[in-house]
Amino acid sequence: MQTSDSPIYNDKIVKYFAIATLFWGIAGFLVGVLIAFQMAFPILNLEPYLTFGRLRPLHTSAVIFAFGGNALLGTSYYVVQRTCRTTLWSPSLSSFTFWGYNFFIVIAGLGYLFGVTQSKEYAEPEWYADLWLTIVWVAYLIVFMMTLRQRKEPHIYVANWFYLAFIITVAILHLGNGVALPIDLFSTKSYPVWAGVQSAMIQWWYAHNAVGFFLTAGFLGMMYYFVPKRAERPVYSYRLSIVHFWSLIFIYMWAGPHHLHYTALPDWAQTLGMTFSIMLWMPSWGGMINGMMTLSGAWHKLREDPVLRFMIIALSFYGMSTFEGPLMSIKTVNALSHYTDWTIGHVHSGALGWVAFITFGALYYLIPRLWNQRLFSMRLVNMHLWIATIGIVVYICAMWISGIMQGLMWRDYDEMGFLQYSFVETVQAMHPFYVLRGIGGLLFLIGALIMVYNVYMTIKGVRRDEPEYEAALNAGWKGVTA
Amino acid sequence: MSILNKHDKLERNGFLLLILIIVVVSVAHMFEIVPLFRKETTIEPVEGVRPYTPLELTGKNIYIREGCYTCHSQQIRPLRDEVERYGHYSLAAESIYDHPFQWGSKRTGPDLARVGGKYSNEWQVQHLIAPRSLVPESIMPNYSFLMDKEVDAGEMHKHLSTLAKLGVPYSEDMIENAYKDVFAQVNPDSEAAEALIERYGENVNIANFDGDNQKVTEMDALVAYLQLLGTMVNFEDFKPELLENQGGS
Repeated sequence: MQTSDSPIYNDKIVKYFAIATLFWGIAGFLVGVLIAFQMAFPILNLEPYLTFGRLRPLHTSAVIFAFGGNALLGTSYYVVQRTCRTTLWSPSLSSFTFWGYNFFIVIAGLGYLFGVTQSKEYAEPEWYADLWLTIVWVAYLIVFMMTLRQRKEPHIYVANWFYLAFIITVAILHLGNGVALPIDLFSTKSYPVWAGVQSAMIQWWYAHNAVGFFLTAGFLGMMYYFVPKRAERPVYSYRLSIVHFWSLIFIYMWAGPHHLHYTALPDWAQTLGMTFSIMLWMPSWGGMINGMMTLSGAWHKLREDPVLRFMIIALSFYGMSTFEGPLMSIKTVNALSHYTDWTIGHVHSGALGWVAFITFGALYYLIPRLWNQRLFSMRLVNMHLWIATIGIVVYICAMWISGIMQGLMWRDYDEMGFLQYSFVETVQAMHPFYVLRGIGGLLFLIGALIMVYNVYMTIKGVRRDEPEYEAALNAGWKGVTA
Repeated sequence: MSILNKHDKLERNGFLLLILIIVVVSVAHMFEIVPLFRKETTIEPVEGVRPYTPLELTGKNIYIREGCYTCHSQQIRPLRDEVERYGHYSLAAESIYDHPFQWGSKRTGPDLARVGGKYSNEWQVQHLIAPRSLVPESIMPNYSFLMDKEVDAGEMHKHLSTLAKLGVPYSEDMIENAYKDVFAQVNPDSEAAEALIERYGENVNIANFDGDNQKVTEMDALVAYLQLLGTMVNFEDFKPELLENQGGS
């Protein structure tokens, strides 16, 4: 709510980011559904540009960096302004971060289709795209820090600690993992500086912390603002936020080696990674608890407000994934799970359940405010919620079953002491689960399309009379001045 | 509680907060990454491990380009069933020249760390053109276009010299002859092939990999790469206890 003594916030840039988030979300989910069905029906691979191998990084970059990244930049700009009671520092530099970041996404994505890739997971873009991203990211850090600096509220709110940790740590990871030597200045091809075991360790230091800081710390920042705002309750525990913030950012950075159990990485590094990954369970659940318990005294709102439901379900999936992760980091468990679909199931419960759901919740909160329109339909929000949640559950169950099954089949012996199954027999056994997983993803996509429709109608100013959701519909909109 | 009071100071100073975050997130790599570069924990080359020939490197770059690593791993773990299915567990030294590593993280298809020599060139070619023609249950995409694309070897020397700058032991001789060596590897019994062996050693597969001796295709390159995988170290002679860096790692 902007009163006469509050600044004029720069919401124009937030609107751009919100639309970009939805656009890339649909694009990323669509490619995800396509590649899922390519695994079930390989005839869907169209050589040379639309094969699974080239499309997979398109999907991962689109959902993590395009969808997730635009959501983080946009909400961080919204949150930092309001919690500092100041407008965004430098409208032109913040505008540059929007166009610059999305340009990075386009050149990276197009590159993959043409085979331009470094083959490092979640760091596939080649050297020139990486350089451009560095420039954009420095601009982002500057905008964020300078906005903090000119704050009218002396105290830096917890959401901003998480956003700041996300911004600076992603920069460190990107620089450490991205160093590469191009074969010449006009070529798209480069060779990363690191090789062999060192490159494996640095890659998974990077990639696990991409999860820890991009997909976790950043989105916890989002959660710390939008959950208390929607619930109209203060954050549950200040002390808990301090303890889990510092322990989370400290411990996460050690977890990388759990991606390399039983590989040629030295044993001591594997053990360190495993131990810290198990410890990581605590600060992660600290975040979940702090978010969920913020609803103390307001649990009844879950009955009436599907937007709040998105947020709480997000926190539940966050808790689930951050329990499953440490579990899978145990070497014995990992001996079974590594290389299987269980890893994929784990990733998607976190990515769809936590990251996407908290984003949907935040956007459903934000969009009516940004456009000063009442949300078109809360029933559609509820429909989105159910369809997407069922989609996620179908997806992860299919992957749990296929993953564990694969792992067990690979190590199965017959009574004579020979391996029971040829590799291709395990591929055959996966087929029904690949189909089911595609269906789960399709449901998730359909939910997102419902959201796009809802948002479109909202921006257009169309309204529906939904008496059972009257309070929730007005809560998101009442009080925003024209 | 005084810790909370100290934290209050942090919450009122953005710069201090930023610095402390940087310090806290920078601890882990000192314990997990830095030691991997120290001499005591550095991987010493195992006999037989050599840099990729230009044709093999071209094939490796095709493997990267097509995203083969998204479905295939190249790292055999020291687990009983795995060693039985794929061969000797992977040594750190075997990927010492891989910029970046290709260990992979998923087995939608089988591990390829020791696929070299398991199948004939003809099988590899046919399988890449149409996997299901040989393995009906396979879900791998077709890569028939590799047969039509000629290798562009014009910049080969740049690839080798860049890798040399990064520590891969390509000699001047190897870099100078990078272009020639691409063609040499598909022409067995030629002088060029002999020169190639002199530069890289006996353990180089020289063959008309794709069966088409009119041109050097991407299929030649990829098959040359695949047929090399896992064959560098002679495991009949290999004795882990004789490696200098054994014990404690």
